[in-house]
Amino acid sequence: MEQQHEHIVRSYEEELSLLNNKIAKMGGLAEQVLGQSFEALERRDPELAAATINEDEEIDELQREIEEQAVVMIARRQPMAYDLRQIMAALRISTDLERIGDLGKNIAKRAVAVVSEQQPKQLMLGLKHMGELSLGQLKEVLDAFIERDADRALAVWYKDEEIDAMYNSLFRELLTYMMEDPRNIGLCTHLLFGAKNIERVGDHATNIAETVFYLVHGRAITDQRPKGDTTASTPVSLKRTAV
Amino acid sequence: MEAKVDEQPAVRVQAPTVPKPREGKTAASQHELKMGARDVNLWYGAKQALFDVNLEMFDQSVTALIGPSGCGKSTFLRCLNRMNDVIDICRVQGDIRLDGEDIYAPQVDPVQLRARVGMVFQKPNPFPKSIFENVAYAPRIHGLCSTKAEMEEVVVKSLTKAGLFEEVKDRLDEPGTGLSGGQQQRLCIARAISVNPEVLLMDEPCSALDPIATAKIETLMDELRESLCIVIVTHSMQQAARVSQRTAFFHLGKLVEVDETPKIFTNPTDQRTQDYVTGRFG
Repeated sequence: MEQQHEHIVRSYEEELSLLNNKIAKMGGLAEQVLGQSFEALERRDPELAAATINEDEEIDELQREIEEQAVVMIARRQPMAYDLRQIMAALRISTDLERIGDLGKNIAKRAVAVVSEQQPKQLMLGLKHMGELSLGQLKEVLDAFIERDADRALAVWYKDEEIDAMYNSLFRELLTYMMEDPRNIGLCTHLLFGAKNIERVGDHATNIAETVFYLVHGRAITDQRPKGDTTASTPVSLKRTAV
Repeated sequence: MEAKVDEQPAVRVQAPTVPKPREGKTAASQHELKMGARDVNLWYGAKQALFDVNLEMFDQSVTALIGPSGCGKSTFLRCLNRMNDVIDICRVQGDIRLDGEDIYAPQVDPVQLRARVGMVFQKPNPFPKSIFENVAYAPRIHGLCSTKAEMEEVVVKSLTKAGLFEEVKDRLDEPGTGLSGGQQQRLCIARAISVNPEVLLMDEPCSALDPIATAKIETLMDELRESLCIVIVTHSMQQAARVSQRTAFFHLGKLVEVDETPKIFTNPTDQRTQDYVTGRFG
């Protein structure tokens, strides 16, 4: 759809831009929580982790505000067409961002839990890389939302496969560590959940990409998304350690 | 998998043999074509009010005509039962068909046509007669009832269909003008359907009614479309969204876009439709 004209009712226009601003703010916070949680994990910084956990509350509060505003707008304005899609998109994106905030919070909690553990550098590097990739996806899809750019959203949607692939290899690597030495199990389990969380962040970013595509075109993405996460069907054998 | 492939042609054989409408196969247009307008142009004196309007209206479905004031939607509606005939300076060109017959053909009697294509107006306009006589009037002049019992049956049936009978059954001889606005409008609907029309035209039938009376008329429309083709002009987009299966958007005498109602109100194709339904028209 081309450039939108102004609403005849100015307060309606203002409400819509307020909704958009809230999503942008929420997106910024989600990025921050996620980035900080990675940093806390990497630097083993319990203080940063604690601060990050607190910040998630602000995201939750914003989601409640967005939900309330959307419901009131539907009741009062009876939005149609692109406006309706904007409001539906705000509702959906805020849900995804809230979940991303939760995942970030969970990573921060795990950062506190593994503070005293010896962390193999290579593993942390893999996790860090994966985190950066998911953060990049989130940033990109939020920009796509603000710019109303369906092509950029679609690119994010396709790129999620990379995160899935990284998760797969990290999953196998962590399994190997655990098999090698049962003392690694505690740390590796936390890192495995951390990796899973990051992978989930990627999934939420693709959800947002789908929403942006719907917002712009009024229809769902019809392509088949390549599914890369195969860990659910990966067999686990402890033969190597059972001597 | 192979079994599935085998089944497909069998399903296709059962598909209705209705000719494919031009806008593509869609939910409402799966019903039979009832009225079709092709290349309709209309002038009031020297001023052209409609430009090459092409619109198909299907049986058992509600078609809503929306658009800003003066866009030609009411003018178009009035073409469908030749109400514009009574305006001297009005000239209609094009092809409008009811069940494939040209309604502007010389042999067509406009009075007979209007029995098949009934109309309900913006302001309830009952005759200054009793409730019974309001409904009995049209069947009488069209000679549809030969006995008093027959007439009573038609009146009761029409009032019941219009959802009014229960409210007025004890005062059928009281003047129709004494009813509330919403009741009067339903009386007008009862009057319109008393001669078993095939098409019902409604020109902003709820704009003078309160929300409850409006809801009753809308429920009624939903029931009536089981056996009728309904075409409604409405200024309320919410009403069009609620009651219609297909929506046509008019602007400056042209039909801009017609499509399934959910499509028009969630993802219209034309920018002008988008601007209008979201309240952005300058």
